Amino acid sequence: MPETKYTADEMMTVASARMIHNGAVLFVGIGLPSAAANLARLTHAPDTVLIYESGTIGAKPPVLPLSIGDGELSETADAVVSIPEIFAYYLQGGRVDLGFLGAAQIDRFANINTTVIGDYHRPSTRLPGAGGAPEIAASSKEVLITLRHNKRAFVKKLDFVTSGGHMEGGNSRGQLRFPGKGPTAVITDLGILTPDPDTKELTLTSVHPGIAPEKVVENTGWPLKLAANLATTEPPSDNELAVLRDLHARTERAHANGA
Amino acid sequence: MAQITTLKQAIQQLVRDGDTVALEGFTHLIPFAAGHEIIRQQRRNLTLIRMTPDLIYDQLIGAGCASKLVFSWGGNPGVGSLHRLRDAVENDWPTPLAIEEHAHAGMAAAYAAGASHLPFGVLRGYLGSDLPKHNPNVKFIECPFTGERLAALPAIRPDVTVIHAQKADRRGNVLIWGVVGVQKEAVMAAKRNIVTVEEIVDHLDAPPNSVVLPSWVIGAVAHVKGGAFPSYAQGYYARNNAFYKAWDPISRERDTFKAWIDRHIMGTNDFEGFRQSLKEAFTHA
Repeated sequence: MPETKYTADEMMTVASARMIHNGAVLFVGIGLPSAAANLARLTHAPDTVLIYESGTIGAKPPVLPLSIGDGELSETADAVVSIPEIFAYYLQGGRVDLGFLGAAQIDRFANINTTVIGDYHRPSTRLPGAGGAPEIAASSKEVLITLRHNKRAFVKKLDFVTSGGHMEGGNSRGQLRFPGKGPTAVITDLGILTPDPDTKELTLTSVHPGIAPEKVVENTGWPLKLAANLATTEPPSDNELAVLRDLHARTERAHANGA
Repeated sequence: MAQITTLKQAIQQLVRDGDTVALEGFTHLIPFAAGHEIIRQQRRNLTLIRMTPDLIYDQLIGAGCASKLVFSWGGNPGVGSLHRLRDAVENDWPTPLAIEEHAHAGMAAAYAAGASHLPFGVLRGYLGSDLPKHNPNVKFIECPFTGERLAALPAIRPDVTVIHAQKADRRGNVLIWGVVGVQKEAVMAAKRNIVTVEEIVDHLDAPPNSVVLPSWVIGAVAHVKGGAFPSYAQGYYARNNAFYKAWDPISRERDTFKAWIDRHIMGTNDFEGFRQSLKEAFTHA
């Protein structure tokens, strides 16, 4: 096995960033999606329009925002609009190419849970909840999802469906008349999963370098199908790594500034 | 016409036990000073409405002010859980907390309906989500023109809305800019409202399309410099991300939380006292 010169999280962020084409109008979730979106903007996709749900459109933050509405977002935005406007005119209005979400749990049809683990009324873990995710998942033309790969996250059955992906698979999303076509890729720290064109079941289509497909299967809570032509993800380039590390270092310095 | 008053008086006069209260501000201009004053005046049994409860409602919930929360995203942004919110939901501490849970787009539509004095807000939303199963205030209706199935929510009409803004003039016209969230809608939807501001000036000097809430829709204006700390006021001070991170260990356990509230909020007279008390705690830490 080759010596690892990057972390699994860095591979995940780089692989996510590569999914973003230059010029895309992107509705960005906080955390992993925000890191990937900004990496894309700082490397191959300088004309990507980053929209955060605080109403900041075309944000070009010099450091990663801790919250969805940090000053760095509004100061660098092309426009700042109200919350009713960002959701009604921009997202519901069909002006978003790509929604980019994180999740606590995901199932085989890329439905996601960010609400509760366990019973809704007596949860074992209370998660933050929906935020903008249900409508981002429904109305963006396409959806990307990124999360770390383990059996607690990749489950057979969600405790709660916060945001709909491909629902029960097949044409079930179409029958509910979602405006957008739903999740097109799930990027994890182990590999990349894409929905089967017909069944919409998530299938492992690429493993990251040094990751055995069996390891991905072991970390998935349903019998994960592997693509016949399973690819290996291109490792991060020196430039991708340098830009990402620089971004994280700047962010850490900025957020340490005290009270 | 807005009354220019102190925050203490405004809360005394306009926020009552059992009220439905919205303290809005989407990551920006969160009215922390007003939240603290509600804690000091020991209001009880409030229904708290806020898209993102944030630390401000974590404090109010932990201090026992609330019996119900209406929200759409309940975390400490970029840090993790709101521990006091979780303790209330999971363990009924310090009192049971009923929750009504939404998505952002739904609350935005419900606030806009409230501001318009319409009975309900409508959106293409909650598709495929389990939220409507647990929230009887999300229903689906058919568009009378196209037959499309759409989500409907009752308008949000708080008894009181509180926001923080950058400026007011001496007549009580209010200027707000940057991330404006749902503040304008929340003020217009409420029966009573309070605005705290960074400064009161002779002239707002605002371009015509800035968000200016005219004096005659405003109830009370109180000057509280820094009143959005640890969130931010664009043009005045940045978000204090270090405090948001520090809140995690403070709020994780009931004892440390109670000690913090007792010392820095109950043990001080106003927001200036709170800031001073916090400064002393940091220098002596």
